[in-house]
Amino acid sequence: MRVKSLKTRIGDWVFVLFCILVAFVCLAPMVNLAAKSLSASEYLIKHEIYFLPKGINLDAYAYVFKDSTYVRSFFWTVFLTIICAFVSLTMTSLCAYPLIYDKLKGKGIINILITITMFFNAGLMPNYLLMKQLNLLNSPLVLIIPSCLSIYNMIIMRSFFYGIPDSLRESAEIDGASYFKIFISIYLPLSKPVYATLALFYAVGRWNGYTDALMYITKKEYYPLQLFMYNILNNINSVEISTQEGFSTPGLSESLKDAIVMFSTVPILLIYPWLQRYFIAGATLGAVKE
Amino acid sequence: MENNREITASVKKRSPWSKFLIYMKRYWQLYAMLLLPIIYLLVFKYQPMKYILIAFKEYKLNTKLWDMPWANTAGKLDVFKYFKKAMNTDFYNALRNNVTLNLLDLFFGFPAPVIFALILNELPFKRFKKTVQTIAYMPHFLSWVIIYGLSVQLFAAGSGLVNQVVSLMGREPIPFLNEPNHWIATYIFMGIWQSFGWGSIIYLAAIAGINPELYEAASVDGAGRFSKMWHVTLPGIKSTIVVLLIMNLGGIVGGAFDRIYAMQNPLVLDVAETIATFVYKNGVKQLKFSLSTAVGLFQSVVGLFFLLSANALSRRLGERGIW
Repeated sequence: MRVKSLKTRIGDWVFVLFCILVAFVCLAPMVNLAAKSLSASEYLIKHEIYFLPKGINLDAYAYVFKDSTYVRSFFWTVFLTIICAFVSLTMTSLCAYPLIYDKLKGKGIINILITITMFFNAGLMPNYLLMKQLNLLNSPLVLIIPSCLSIYNMIIMRSFFYGIPDSLRESAEIDGASYFKIFISIYLPLSKPVYATLALFYAVGRWNGYTDALMYITKKEYYPLQLFMYNILNNINSVEISTQEGFSTPGLSESLKDAIVMFSTVPILLIYPWLQRYFIAGATLGAVKE
Repeated sequence: MENNREITASVKKRSPWSKFLIYMKRYWQLYAMLLLPIIYLLVFKYQPMKYILIAFKEYKLNTKLWDMPWANTAGKLDVFKYFKKAMNTDFYNALRNNVTLNLLDLFFGFPAPVIFALILNELPFKRFKKTVQTIAYMPHFLSWVIIYGLSVQLFAAGSGLVNQVVSLMGREPIPFLNEPNHWIATYIFMGIWQSFGWGSIIYLAAIAGINPELYEAASVDGAGRFSKMWHVTLPGIKSTIVVLLIMNLGGIVGGAFDRIYAMQNPLVLDVAETIATFVYKNGVKQLKFSLSTAVGLFQSVVGLFFLLSANALSRRLGERGIW
């Protein structure tokens, strides 16, 4: 092994220090948030919380769990996210898989149909009027169907399918397997990484999305978590919250907000590190195509 | 073999209709699979395009699109009425903010992932590099509502973490969220915070594709760390940088709704209202359907123009376009 010169080693440590700083900047807001959500209100009011909670206080979390509207919204969003990921992956596969066959007639037209939608979007109001026409306003379906196929994700999946050797499917074709069978028994089992990546992308998109709900939904029981949170953070309908069960002290209602944000972030933070090795490949493809 | 040839011969003799049937018998499953996606595209991507006509018509509730009268002023046909009307609203302001925020994002936000990737590439410890990467990707997975919550957490005038430190040093709190210029800085900063780690993935992949022999040759020639970065790594990822830069320029009049809507607040609307939020507030909120459709159409068309130019430019420079 080559011995590094002193200058190189100092350089290495400068980069390491810089990266520690970057990691700190990434984590600090979350740690601060966690500390504030766990702290007693007297310290919160005095602005004394940095990265460690003072006077541990779980009231905010207890209240979040007790608050039926929040818990409802949380599980509704979990349910929506799972359904969305499933429906979207199905639609994406249905679109991506047939398009890898060059001999498919009409493939060119379909490709053009798809490409145009990547460049030209009718816009916010036309989409709104469409939902109105389809009677989807205020229907939970509006949170699932209109976003169930992302062309970028479809391209990522198709590129992955292209990477699977043609010879595999050709030999199956010769054996007389139907195209659907080939998909189920060859492509699906070999494509776990891309399915994991896209499941994550779709799930995160649904979990984090609130624009569609803001536009199309006014019934509170269908509010996904992010919209629910947006309203709480901006004190829309906050009267209900602060008057219930004596949550009127400013410190407590602050830590309540913190607890809600914390609670909505944790599911994603728990999932994504495990999928990292998968989504990096997906992100690379996606970024090139964007 | 013999048998096969006979079949091909007999196929050639058949009428187009039976050829079609034979073809479909073989491939119908693929078409059946495509059916749902195509219906989806037609209904949810193409059908809304007809409502673009609203921009040129007088919107009437409970009337069929085709029966709505063309835009007119006092009975005189004036198809571009709502485009002209838009010019007399805050539309210019929204357009200016839209472009300004996107340009600032590009200027400060674009180099960040490149620099971060270059630095990650120099890290000597693999485990440490992995950990830093995992942490840096995290903000990408947070929603803009959460990021807005965090920005309040960090920058609020009294209780924000940064202002806590500022007042410890005996200074006046900085109005990060309430004063327009400070708000812009906060907005740009949170944007970089959210995306620099994720954005670096593509550059790291490009760096991984650089031929290691180039580094060895540079070392033999006596190149130090920085001259290798400058003369080997950067040229190696130049094409990736150029393509992404051009594509970002192509999106200069666009802009995601969820980020700006979550981050803006009433005190800074003068600099924070963009076309997306302008259309939402005028259309969905105030029911000015024709006006907001006109503004949206303007944005789509100008956006398309920029995107196509960017793509053409990218090809002209000898890089691959996006299609």
